[in-house]
Amino acid sequence: MAFYLASREIWRNKGRFFLFSLVIALITILVLFIAALAQGLAQANKEYIEKLNAELIVFQEKVELSTTTSRVGLDKLNNLRRIPGVADVGAIGFSSASLEFSNQQNSLDVALIGVQPGKPGMPPVFSGNSIRSNRGYQAVIDGAIASRNGVRVGDKITIKTIVGSEDKFYQLDVVGITDGRQYFYQPSIFVPFETWDKIRPQAAEGQGQSNLVANVLAVKLTNPQDLKIMAATIESQVSGVEVVDRKTAYESSPGYSAQQSTLNTQQGFTLLIGILVIGGFFQIQTLQKVPQIGVLKAIGTGNLIVAYTVILQIILVTIIGVAIGSISTILLTLALPGGIPIMLTGNTTILTIFTLLMIGPLGGLVSVRLALKVEPLTALGM
Amino acid sequence: MEPILVTDAVTKIYETGNLKVKAVDQVSLEIYPGEFVALVGPSGSGKTTMLAMLAGLLNATQGTIRIDSHELGKLSEKEKTRFRREKIGFTFQANNLIPYLTALENVELMLRLNSTNSKYCREEAIKLLGRLGLSDRLNNLPKQLSGGQQQRVAIARALIHDPSLVLADEPTAALDTERAFQVVQIFSELIHEQKRAGIMVTHDMRMTQYVDRVIQMVDGKIYKIINDRAEIDALAAGGRYEAENTTKKGEIFEMKENQVMTLNNGLLAGAGD
Ligand SMILES: Nc1ncnc2c1ncn2[C@@H]1O[C@H](COP(=O)(O)OP(=O)(O)OP(=O)(O)O)[C@@H](O)[C@H]1O
Ligand SMILES: [Mg+2]
Repeated sequence: MAFYLASREIWRNKGRFFLFSLVIALITILVLFIAALAQGLAQANKEYIEKLNAELIVFQEKVELSTTTSRVGLDKLNNLRRIPGVADVGAIGFSSASLEFSNQQNSLDVALIGVQPGKPGMPPVFSGNSIRSNRGYQAVIDGAIASRNGVRVGDKITIKTIVGSEDKFYQLDVVGITDGRQYFYQPSIFVPFETWDKIRPQAAEGQGQSNLVANVLAVKLTNPQDLKIMAATIESQVSGVEVVDRKTAYESSPGYSAQQSTLNTQQGFTLLIGILVIGGFFQIQTLQKVPQIGVLKAIGTGNLIVAYTVILQIILVTIIGVAIGSISTILLTLALPGGIPIMLTGNTTILTIFTLLMIGPLGGLVSVRLALKVEPLTALGM
Repeated sequence: MEPILVTDAVTKIYETGNLKVKAVDQVSLEIYPGEFVALVGPSGSGKTTMLAMLAGLLNATQGTIRIDSHELGKLSEKEKTRFRREKIGFTFQANNLIPYLTALENVELMLRLNSTNSKYCREEAIKLLGRLGLSDRLNNLPKQLSGGQQQRVAIARALIHDPSLVLADEPTAALDTERAFQVVQIFSELIHEQKRAGIMVTHDMRMTQYVDRVIQMVDGKIYKIINDRAEIDALAAGGRYEAENTTKKGEIFEMKENQVMTLNNGLLAGAGD
């Protein structure tokens, strides 16, 4: 009965209800886009660290886990390797550089990451070969650069860094291509650690450090479950370091948490607006329907049916709206050019859509209450 | 024959703050199957209040109402809702129909509510609408119907589910004279034919020509019950009947000077003798 009334009313007022659905669809698009942006930005920030083939990351102590400030000497590598439970350790150096193209293409800012061949920190290579030597001018590039800028295995690329106030150019052989490995919003180029140390931007040329210094060390454990214990063990056995897992590492990267919480707040507010808009919508509609609800009750329609009718309509309109919005968002993300940090992954999308489906019924509670409170006596004008 | 409706000294007192209004005062009446009754009286005399109590929408302050051997005062709210959809047929002054249902669907609604919407019932609904001259309007929405057509759909809705008691609150208020006569005439025919008990609240004395009994209410009380055909017809004819009874009417006027009385053009709200 409730379904009969609900569907008849929607069918005979298609235009109005479709408009409701469109509003919900727009809210859905907005919320999904913010979610996708939050994910995309997070991904662009943390992708390399998140996918790292190591469980623990060793920072210099008291640098608030900042990869750029942190300095860890390579002399610590041997100490670390001797600790039981440590399977392997690799040094990682981060810096930025730009990738120059001979033709008119604009240069591309990249993360220049120094890694040790075969050690934690070196990403798997999907095409071509991995880096073999510790100091050759070889590079493994991020899949994103390969696909977007048409760089292939065997190509030579030119890297520009700034030393002092001078531009320095280096030629690298592309030996392999890895998957997406962005770091701090930039696609990555991996070079042997000693080469990185030579070509990375520096305040002045040839400071001639005798000891090689990395930013962080990546530690692979024999037993990945022992995260906490091993972190504590390493901190106690190696002086001047702070050891954290990957998640803590990327969450402490500058701006990461602030950015994510800003986007989450936006998403929350958009959902709240959605609840209020739909609530207001149905509330006005219910107020306009007071006379006919009065007649329905006077001729013997139970309160339950009246309430179900309102709820059903809200649910139907919400489902249609969210469906239109979700499909549009998916189509839109597919149509967007690469490089825009928009990412829709299964879990987050499903969770967001589920939350969106809740806004209708939540917003509609007031209308249900209103409909329940209509006195059948109103039909008699009393 | 058992009466369908029996009320015994029904009284309704409205209390708003410390103000008490006796809207209905000790009303006792009986209505039998196939009887069509008009409830008339000046504004504020308690007609709508009476109707609301008979439908189980308002609880009587005192007295009992028995319809088809159900005593309304003993039913729970839920039972009263069920009682209304099974035993009562209702037409209202305005906003009668559900705007998003067609004429036929509005009539069928009563059957759906009672879970008796079969193919047979649907045919009955179509037949009834046909009787009311709406065969070519079955699939029109209320907004596509004239006031008189809407009122006729409402009448069909009030009769389709085999109710015992049919209550009509000013069914002709929104209609012009000619349509008003048509609507009440067919209403009366159907009530008699189907042996329902019908009560119509009206301000228009001319409509009483189609009823069997006129109950005049004044100040919440039954002032007079007119059973005599000739007397009713005289009342319906208006002025002539009034002229013959000036003295008595004068008394009523005195008694009720604070109430609006209309006498012109055969329209009379209030009491005659
Ligand atoms: N909800 C209420 N609260 C208080 N008093 C009420 C209420 N409803 C009606 N009354 C009073 O009860 C009396 C009878 O009202 P009722 O509506 O039954 O009269 P009526 O005969 O239907 O009048 P009308 O012809 O104008 O429709 C009036 O004095 C009215 O003011
Ligand atoms: Mg009234």
